[in-house]
Parts: sequence; structure tokens; C-alpha cells
Amino acid sequence: MIDIITAVLVLFGGLFSLVAALGVLRLPDVWIRMHASTKAGTLGCGLILVAVAVHFGDTGVVARAVAAIVFLLLTAPVAAHMIGRAAYRSGVPLWEGTKIDELADDERKKAVERAAEAQRTTEEARRGKPTG
Amino acid sequence: MTETGAWLLGWAVDISFVMIMMAMVLAFLRLGLGPTLPDRVVALDLITMLAVAFAALFAVSSGQEGFLDVAIALALIAFLATVAFARFAERRVVRIAAAEEGASVDKPGGETTGEPDSKEPPA
Repeated sequence: MIDIITAVLVLFGGLFSLVAALGVLRLPDVWIRMHASTKAGTLGCGLILVAVAVHFGDTGVVARAVAAIVFLLLTAPVAAHMIGRAAYRSGVPLWEGTKIDELADDERKKAVERAAEAQRTTEEARRGKPTG
Repeated sequence: MTETGAWLLGWAVDISFVMIMMAMVLAFLRLGLGPTLPDRVVALDLITMLAVAFAALFAVSSGQEGFLDVAIALALIAFLATVAFARFAERRVVRIAAAEEGASVDKPGGETTGEPDSKEPPA
């Protein structure tokens, strides 16, 4: 029975890993690819680690497998967030089908405000110079 | 029952090995194709995650629980590598921008003294 459960977990883990890699290869831009690799990859890896825990059934092995799964679940989002931020800041182009880019709207608003501020200061300086 | 179970497990482990290796090949394709650096970092992250899965699966297939430690160590290194690469990708852009700014502002002023800064807007 334990063998059958392990077999099912191992199969699903391999399947999810394959789906993750397929997504990373086929999807259109960095963030969408990351979405495949982070979630499906973590799930596949976690399922195989659960399979290890079920297969050995030993306290030490179960503890190590659970520790590995917890570590994976904690670090995958952090790593994905850092890559995503780095990609956005380094100006990687978004997929052309992207509809909403709130960060860019925000940045544009800030840039417009900054430009208006600069305009105001230069105009004040120009107005101040001939008289002063 | 136990024999069929063991047979099923061996079969499932073999199939899963094949799937993980295929996934590794696809991830390596993205590592080679990836048009930008973050693409490659994502592919590398996935490759190390697949290596963790491979080590864990090898623990099942060989019956040696020591391979689980390999998987844990690999997961630790994968996280550090990904964070380091992400920071590198981010700071490289800052450095390039700073270098360009320095090249366009500082160097002409410093090296070719006497030349007027034509780019300066008239105040």
C-alpha cells in the first residue's frame, strides 16, 4: 500500500516538474515563465519529497523531508520576487498582450510630477534672473 | 500485493526519472535560448529545483536515505545562487546606467577641458 502511494506521489511529482519545464520553455515572457517554474516546480519537487518521506517512513527521514519542503516553500517566493524585480528594473520587455502594468503607470505619474517640478523651478529661475 | 506494489513503484520511479530528465532538457533549452539575463536566471533556478527532485527520487530508487541530505544542501545552494544572480542582474543595470551617465557627463568635461558642454540646456 505504501509502495502504491509512493508510486502515485512520484508520478505526479515528475509530471509537475515536466509541466514546469514546458511552461518555462513555451510561455512568452519572464514573469509568465516564472509563474510556471515557481509554482509547478515547487509542487513537483515537494511531491517527490513527500514521496521520500512516505517511502522511508523513518522519523529522521520524515523530519528532513519536511524541513526540505518547508525551506522550498519559504524560499521559492522570495527568489521569484527578486528575479521579477530585477527583470522589471532592468527593462526586460513585457509580453505584448499585457493589459495592466500598474508599476509603469505609477512610475510615469512620478516622472510627470518630477518633470513639472523641474519646469517650475527653471521658470522661476528664469523669471528671477533678469530682475535680480 | 507487496510484489505488485514494489513493481509499480519501480515503474513509477523510472517514468518519473524520464520526465525529470526531459524537464531538465527543456530547462537547458531555455537557458540557452533565453533572450535576457533574467530568463536564464529563471531557467537556472528551475534546473537546480529539478536537481533537488532528482536527488530525492534517487533516494527512493536506491534506498539510500543519504541522498535526501544532498537534496537539502542543493536546495540551500539554489536559493543563494538565485538571490545572488537576481541582485547581480539588478545591480548590473544600475552600474551600466551609472557608467553611461559618467561617460556622457563626467568624462567629456574632465578629459577634454575647454570644450563647451553642448548638451547643457540654455538657462
